[in-house]
Amino acid sequence: MSTFLELLFAGIALGAVYALVALGFTVVFRASRVINFAQGELLALGAFVVSWLVIDIHVPFWLAFVVGAAGTGLAAFIFQQGVLRFALGRPDFTIVMLTLGLATVLQAVLPTLFGSTGRANGDPWGGTSVRAGDVALAWVQVWTIVAALLVLAAFWVFNNHSKYGLAMRSAASDPEAALAVGVPLRRVYATAWVLAGVVACIGGVFLGGYPNTVDPNIGNTALLAFPAIILGGIDSTTGAVVGGFLIGIVEELTAGYQPQYASWLGSNFYLVAPYVLMIIVLLIRPYGLFGSRPAERL
Amino acid sequence: MADALVDIAGLSVTYGGVQALHEVTLEVPAAGAVSLLGPNGAGKTSLLRAVSGLLTFHGGRIGAGRISVDGRDVTGADPVKLARSGIVQVLEGRRVFADLSVDDNLRSGAFWQRGGGRHGETRDFVLDLFPDLARCLTQPAGLLSGGQQQMLAIARALMSRPRLLLLDEPSLGLAPLLIRSIGGALRRINETGVGLLLVEQSSALAEAVTSRGYLLETGHVRASGETRELLADPQVRAVYLGVKTA
Repeated sequence: MSTFLELLFAGIALGAVYALVALGFTVVFRASRVINFAQGELLALGAFVVSWLVIDIHVPFWLAFVVGAAGTGLAAFIFQQGVLRFALGRPDFTIVMLTLGLATVLQAVLPTLFGSTGRANGDPWGGTSVRAGDVALAWVQVWTIVAALLVLAAFWVFNNHSKYGLAMRSAASDPEAALAVGVPLRRVYATAWVLAGVVACIGGVFLGGYPNTVDPNIGNTALLAFPAIILGGIDSTTGAVVGGFLIGIVEELTAGYQPQYASWLGSNFYLVAPYVLMIIVLLIRPYGLFGSRPAERL
Repeated sequence: MADALVDIAGLSVTYGGVQALHEVTLEVPAAGAVSLLGPNGAGKTSLLRAVSGLLTFHGGRIGAGRISVDGRDVTGADPVKLARSGIVQVLEGRRVFADLSVDDNLRSGAFWQRGGGRHGETRDFVLDLFPDLARCLTQPAGLLSGGQQQMLAIARALMSRPRLLLLDEPSLGLAPLLIRSIGGALRRINETGVGLLLVEQSSALAEAVTSRGYLLETGHVRASGETRELLADPQVRAVYLGVKTA
């Protein structure tokens, strides 16, 4: 039982990171109908900056965290204003390729700046854990969940109860109609990219926590969040969050039990399990759990 | 003319290499209501887009000519700036934000207004104008009937406190009774001093709401005059509106 609870807890913590990554994808997708292939590299950038601030510059962790999140948001903003802004109105494919370009540039630049070997993420918890009954909970996982829930709650308030949240929702629903009544689409796009950068950094730092490290490949984790956004419904932020947690839990439980009970599936099946879950969900609900159907009453 | 609300002179619009409007000259008097009539593909929507600035959204551009509103040159201006200065387009096909509540739809029209459209005169006026909407503020807009969605599209535009409302076929797909009710609302809006430029294929709405009209065909203004006379002219009806006359 305690094994199960530990696995479940690890799954929720991993899911919290996936939820943050998925939220970053979805925010940009909703605003501009484009999948941002650089989301994983933004995550790596944020994690590296925070690690560098703490370990090399000796900035206190929480301050470094805030600076890193703001910096990653700024980097995303600069990319949007400096590059994507000029591609507005071009085919979506052009914009997707530009995000791939940013991903490539970051993949080349990050190892040059920070080295290609793994480094600690700079958090103060290391491998320490707390015991609840006979279950050991790693502090980094506890804080991952707390931070993710705070970010998700803040996003929810922003999305549903702020002027720019409303502008974002209306632009996601029908950009031309929003523009026609004066919703400033460019500001909406810029806001979406800043948010994507900020949540990428937060996700990156926690992903690089114990037992993981921050290395240039950390960006590939973004690909593991893909089943989360697809099964949640790519245009739904709720879906991204629910999908993220589901995928995290499934991955950890599979990693924990599959070698024991279904060893014939081979090793590393836990990396495949999220995709299996995604396919099953899509067979039953083709637009994902919370995705919107294209058809509606007219 | 200096006292015109909208003054369009020699306007040409192209999409890629295709010319949609040829040197169109048109005027909406202050607080006036003018209709744009004509068959499909005449360039009516392109003209509205040129005024609202949405042309760029569709890859079109103004090749020649000048658009001024209240005596200010707004040719090729940014749609957000235009909307802020009171020029707002109601798109064809309602285009409500289907997954947003009716209330959120209204408030998104009030982005630049103090208080964000939660309360105030404009909101009161709009909800008084369309009491149907007041009854279903929390419902998703996609679940409204076609007529209610058209009302919401107009209401959303009104929330931005426009001086000029550009309406693209608000009667599309609506039953005659609903068209009459939309017409009544548009007249009331016009009476408050908001100018209307109404694109219509339904002669009923054009006649009920506007006093003057222009007939567009393949990008040219073919005729203009009093809406009623224009619509009564047998030649106009036969050639341009495709109405067979006995």
